[in-house]
Amino acid sequence: MDEHKKYPNKLGIIGWLGGGRWGIERYLYTLHRITGLGILLYFCLHIFVTSSRLFGMNAWEKWMGFFKSPIFKMGEFLVFVGFAFHALNGIRLILIEFGFAVGKAEEPVYPYKSSLNTQRPLMVIVMVVAAVLIVAGGYQFLGFVH
Amino acid sequence: MKETRYWTWHMLAGIVILFLLGIHMITMHLDAILGWFNPAGGEAVDWGNVVARAKMAIYAVIYIALLAAALYHGFYGFRTILFELGLKHGAQSIINILFVVMGICLFVLGSWVAIKFHVIAQIA
Amino acid sequence: MAKKTQKETDIIFYIHRFNPDVDSKPYTQKYTIRVEPGMTVLDGLHLIKETQDATLSYRFSCRMGVCGSCGMLLNGRPSLACNTQILDITMKNLTVAPLPNFNIVKDLVPELTPLFEKHISIHPYVIQNKTDEMLDPTGEFYQSPEELTKYLQFSYCIKCGLCMAACPTLATDSEYLGPQPMLQSYRYSIDTRDDGFDKRKKVVGNTHGVFRCHYAGECSNVCPKGVDPARAIQLMKRELVLDYLKIKKHRSTSFIMGKPEGVKRRPEIPKAPPFTVEQK
Ligand code: SF4
Ligand code: FES
Repeated sequence: MDEHKKYPNKLGIIGWLGGGRWGIERYLYTLHRITGLGILLYFCLHIFVTSSRLFGMNAWEKWMGFFKSPIFKMGEFLVFVGFAFHALNGIRLILIEFGFAVGKAEEPVYPYKSSLNTQRPLMVIVMVVAAVLIVAGGYQFLGFVH
Repeated sequence: MKETRYWTWHMLAGIVILFLLGIHMITMHLDAILGWFNPAGGEAVDWGNVVARAKMAIYAVIYIALLAAALYHGFYGFRTILFELGLKHGAQSIINILFVVMGICLFVLGSWVAIKFHVIAQIA
Repeated sequence: MAKKTQKETDIIFYIHRFNPDVDSKPYTQKYTIRVEPGMTVLDGLHLIKETQDATLSYRFSCRMGVCGSCGMLLNGRPSLACNTQILDITMKNLTVAPLPNFNIVKDLVPELTPLFEKHISIHPYVIQNKTDEMLDPTGEFYQSPEELTKYLQFSYCIKCGLCMAACPTLATDSEYLGPQPMLQSYRYSIDTRDDGFDKRKKVVGNTHGVFRCHYAGECSNVCPKGVDPARAIQLMKRELVLDYLKIKKHRSTSFIMGKPEGVKRRPEIPKAPPFTVEQK
């Protein structure tokens, strides 16, 4: 065969984001990634900050006082939102990826229904629970700000 | 085939985190409702409460288990994302080694603090 | 269904063009054609090629959604050009681009070779432990309808590559197997005639295998045959995990049905013609 020049047409990271005519599960996938990375970053810092308790009460109180400023409260709330989403969506993903929530193979009859339809009720439930958690958490956090 | 093992534990660690981090979050943020986690009263992060909790050995155990599960889950997830960037195989092995080293370091640091502080709190 | 009230309309086609001998980058060219209700995108491309620009290249064969040659990106969604009616997806503009995540050979023609190479790598055929039975079969395999439904859905795949174009992981990771090959690995592993799971798990249970799927679900949305690759991939993960945890249920391979005994050949059935090649 003749070797012809070809144009590489990979979408790259933009392809992760989806957009346009994609389904909702794709955005959940993107969000799951972003929140995961955010939580990992927070978690590593958290290990270091909470280590300060070894240096006694003063060091600890200094750090905790530092985090009481509204801007850190806001940041903490963001982490909480990320965690609530990641946890609930994670439950859905575990159920799906261990093959519990995708249903059995069936004869495809037009208009096609896929495993996405099978898991959609689960998706709605976990997202509603996540929303409730986030609202409840927001209430708690707001209580701390003033 | 190794990947099956890594990934299975990634998922199982996720389940463990779900429970342990749930306990952690309740302790830290629902203290207004559930006072018994914070015997000294006031906020969950007040020094008195921190010491009071550290006296209970169960908390050290929970923290260390949570630390291990979360580090594994987090770093495996991060590795997944990086690997999907289409890196060269050399870069992939560097990431593997780097993440294992980082994970172990953080685990040693975290569990050392948890145990040491448990001992300190017991004396105090 | 609601009655369609579509009428003849002028549609502007924005077609991605790329000629490897001249261009260094794809560019977009504009064509306007009069579209009747019921015209597919492939019909539109034919019309453009006939009446406006004979240099336009695209790939097609069956023009009825069976061969899987005409996969394209229509208004940002991977679809079969012959399976999509123009007025169903647009009333004004239509962007036609080659499938992403594949190299472009020319204009709208993607290079599907990676798809087929990956497909081959998962051993897409029935593997039997009894080698002599495979080489020299003595009868038919027994398979119940329930065992058939377990994989039938996944065997409708026409290898069009739409799922590969929709996959976010493939957008960056060219080593990733992709929905279609992994779906096939499940289709064959679950087949009761097959003993090849141990062979396939080495390929799909790998760093760039089945676990890089995170259920973005797009492959199942775009599949023109309702094959549902996402489902097959999750079920394959389940098999792999059960196998790793050593709690996978043992599935016995289909037994072979011998020739019927004690029956007479009906007289009206003619004898088979004599062999035309020498028998060993
Ligand atoms: S699974 Fe569907 S979209 Fe993917 S190649 Fe097969 S027929 Fe095409
Ligand atoms: S031309 Fe055969 S599927 Fe479209």
